[in-house]
Amino acid sequence: MAQQTTNKNEWPLWEVFIRSKAGLDHKHAGSLHAADAEMAIENARDVYTRRMEGVSIWVVESKNIHASDPGESESLYDPANDKIYRHPTFYNLPDAVKYM
Amino acid sequence: MNDQKALLQYTLRLADDGLILGHRLGEWCGHGPILEQDIALTNTSLDHLGRARSLYQYAAAVFNALPVADKAAFFTSVAIQKEVAEETAIDEDDLAYLRDGWDYRNVLLVEQPNQDWAYTVARSFFYDSFNSLFFKELSKSTDQTLASIAEKSLKEVTYHLRWSSEWCVRLGDGTDESHARMQQAINELWAYTGELFTMNDADAAVAAQGIGMDLAALRPQWKELVTSVFEEATMAMPTDAWMHKGGKDGRHTEYLGYILAELQFVQRAYPGMEW
Amino acid sequence: MTVHSFQEHFDKKIGSDVSIEPRDWMPDDYRKTLIRQISQHAHSEIIGMLPEGNWISRAPSLRRKAVLLAKVQDEAGHGLYLYSAAETLGITRDELYDQLHSGKAKYSSIFNYPTLTWADMGAIGWLVDGAAIMNQVPLCRCSYGPYARAMVRVCKEESFHQRQGYEIMLTLSNGAPMQKKMAQDALDRWWWPSLMMFGPPDAESGNTEQSMRWRIKRLTNDELRQKFIDVTVEQANILGLTIPDKNLKWNEERGHYDSGVINWDEFWNVVKGNGPCNKQRLDARKNAWADGQWVRDAAMAHAEKRKARKEKAAKAA
Repeated sequence: MAQQTTNKNEWPLWEVFIRSKAGLDHKHAGSLHAADAEMAIENARDVYTRRMEGVSIWVVESKNIHASDPGESESLYDPANDKIYRHPTFYNLPDAVKYM
Repeated sequence: MNDQKALLQYTLRLADDGLILGHRLGEWCGHGPILEQDIALTNTSLDHLGRARSLYQYAAAVFNALPVADKAAFFTSVAIQKEVAEETAIDEDDLAYLRDGWDYRNVLLVEQPNQDWAYTVARSFFYDSFNSLFFKELSKSTDQTLASIAEKSLKEVTYHLRWSSEWCVRLGDGTDESHARMQQAINELWAYTGELFTMNDADAAVAAQGIGMDLAALRPQWKELVTSVFEEATMAMPTDAWMHKGGKDGRHTEYLGYILAELQFVQRAYPGMEW
Repeated sequence: MTVHSFQEHFDKKIGSDVSIEPRDWMPDDYRKTLIRQISQHAHSEIIGMLPEGNWISRAPSLRRKAVLLAKVQDEAGHGLYLYSAAETLGITRDELYDQLHSGKAKYSSIFNYPTLTWADMGAIGWLVDGAAIMNQVPLCRCSYGPYARAMVRVCKEESFHQRQGYEIMLTLSNGAPMQKKMAQDALDRWWWPSLMMFGPPDAESGNTEQSMRWRIKRLTNDELRQKFIDVTVEQANILGLTIPDKNLKWNEERGHYDSGVINWDEFWNVVKGNGPCNKQRLDARKNAWADGQWVRDAAMAHAEKRKARKEKAAKAA
């Protein structure tokens, strides 16, 4: 994702998210420039799906993306480190128990 | 004109349209107004080229099945006549690279130069809008090969038309400069749209067999489509006046000669080689 | 955190091969070096479209024409991915173009050589793309995330480029004597410039050491060049073509090919603008950009008009 300085004439920057096949999430593919959302989708189709990489496209103007601050990553993500009880392997069950 | 010869002529025209327009659009590659559109236009160019190849392959098969006397007389190309005399089957490349301009059957519209983005958009728009109607009809053709090529093309053409109509609107309803350029392009290229709907002998022959169609019947719908896009684009509809034609019968504008001089150069300079 | 501790944090990440991402703190020089390298790379892709673009209209078969179009288009795509990666560092594509058009930014010198025959399409794919891939594969593991991700995509797409080039050379080498001559002529002209693509020798390359430390670069110029020579000699043998270097000889002890001295005067001259096509290449890009200005303006103007109309309609409702 890009930070953009302003230039009046430059087409805005868009972030492109592509679903590679039905049933999967949209994943960030890259960015591109386009004058409007319609064009951004079409440009994304022409730029990022030339080799059949996608079945669905999302575009978001880059300036509308809000991101977490990497400087705070310790306070944001480290606390999850000791919460292993959120993971299924934390619980020991006898092998005889099936389908769980 | 007998049925197979008419089918061949007809198929060749559709192939020539695709090759020449694909070639013209390919001239933009590396020179487009912005990277994203450079890439977009090349995709379209590749679609036209791909369709041309399928059609040439079919045309070559139809040609190879003709009686020898018909084959020898069909093209003025010395190189192809030589292949016929040697009983060699011809292929897609022979048709593209060894025929001279008077054996090319594409409509005059597609050979017109790129000039600027507005001309390129206008030329594509006129052609794409025609194609969207044409291939829909052709997908019902009694000729299975043409019908299946048409079906595949229709998907591509739908996207082409979307691209060119949107650009018509952007340029028409953009800045004063783009509006003026777009209007000029439309006015100048209008005279080449009539030929899309004219019927020559090959058209009549294939229409009679249910392979082709009555092209003139497509025009009212086409005009409606064009009018609606032009309205949104705030462009004035040109008045119907003199229409150029001749490409379908091998009488081209001067531009085609230059296209072929480049397109065919290697094959002509070093005949009979594999590349 | 103080600048000092930011620096320490950064160094630790680099040291343990953790990617740096756009919003992470990074030293100014790291940012500057990346912008320079990524944009040079992007410019090379875009200028690189031109020598091959020359032959799209003259490709000798429909298959070759389609392949060449798709290849040159890929180069536009690669330029785009790379510009996008550079844009994450806080510079716009327009600014990068300005640097290219004003001559301030450099691009790979190889594209200042002319494409004279069809065989050049083969030689470029085989040698120039081959050298580029050598350069690019290690960059997929470069320390800056967006650059590394762009390179992964580029490398994936690039793999057909070299193969199609080699296939052209193979067809020519197995063809008529004239075709083989054409292939040899192309190899003669492209061999040395291809070796120059890896940049000046390590001893004279000012940026290498720092870039290696930052993991923006993972192998030195000379290491990559040697790798390229070693694999390419065998490929030339299969084609039955002769690499234009009398000093090329297998060195059992080193386990590598020894090769002749590169003409670095020529290299620096081309870098300075004296190559056969420097002016045409740059002019072509400048013209495309200038001629496209009204088109880009029109699209923006239309988008704004449409937005205004939509807002007005929403207000009225």
